[in-house]
Amino acid sequence: MKLMVNGEAREIAATTLAELLAALDYEGDWLATAVNGDLVHKANRTEFQLSDGDRIEILSPMQGG
Amino acid sequence: MLELYGTELSSRLLLGTAQYPSPAILADAVKASGTSVVTVSLRREMAGGRAGEQFWSLIRSLGARILPNTAGCLSVKEAVTTAKMAREVFGTNWIKLEVIGNHDTLQPDVFGLVEAARILCEDGFAVFPYTTDDLIVAERLLAAGCKVLMPWCAPIGSALGPINIMALRSMRGYFPGVPLIVDAGLGRPSHAATVMELGFDAVLLNTAVAKAAYPVGMARAFGKAVEAGREAHASGLLEPRDVAVPSTPTIGRAVLS
Repeated sequence: MKLMVNGEAREIAATTLAELLAALDYEGDWLATAVNGDLVHKANRTEFQLSDGDRIEILSPMQGG
Repeated sequence: MLELYGTELSSRLLLGTAQYPSPAILADAVKASGTSVVTVSLRREMAGGRAGEQFWSLIRSLGARILPNTAGCLSVKEAVTTAKMAREVFGTNWIKLEVIGNHDTLQPDVFGLVEAARILCEDGFAVFPYTTDDLIVAERLLAAGCKVLMPWCAPIGSALGPINIMALRSMRGYFPGVPLIVDAGLGRPSHAATVMELGFDAVLLNTAVAKAAYPVGMARAFGKAVEAGREAHASGLLEPRDVAVPSTPTIGRAVLS
């Protein structure tokens, strides 16, 4: 499946958001995820089905003003 | 004591966490400033990366309350989604709402700001809107559900200080019961003292401390300036006069010539 992950084109076999995070070695409870501009709650990642062309954002805490 | 969205805070200085020379200096600056609120953000994490975890661990160790921001968001949709993501990661409904309208001036898109504020307030967020000193925009933000306003006093990172004292004075007078925090544009402790003397409830700053030659010392200096300005406001400032007025009594003065 072709996906855009944090702005980069990726070809990944994962079918759910949780599988995608595992495939890319993301782990930890400090991450926030969005698909196509909308938040996907941590609790919903396992059942969230990805589709070809989805845009995924994976964010974490960062310095800010 | 300063109360924001039902939370009492011991300090009237809110401090940003960006641009410090090192995490250790950031931590020391936060402690030296006496602040009880620090601002943070969200950014893309690299695959397999743990940068966010390390920063989050540092911030939690400081013991300050967290105010996540939506810095860099250019649309209502971006800002709203970022706020929701921040709520999930940081575990707080507080959000410093920025909807930026121009890359160069970093001035807020006030129309998008009001719309995003309404959406987030209805969703249970405690919104801290980064806005201009425009009174009508401020009214719209309050109508949208905001209980705090955060006007700029100069462009973000400019260090110019309060460039429109009249506008700030008007805002203070127009919204006597609303917590007003000057956010953005402060460069020196004297700038912070000035806006606190005008009656503003608090200041939020980052660059002036983080980019100082000695951030820890500057953080302490800003903390003192904020306290001095607040106490001066509470103590009743003398209004300027156009003529000289002797401070030493003239009655009983000897004639010796």
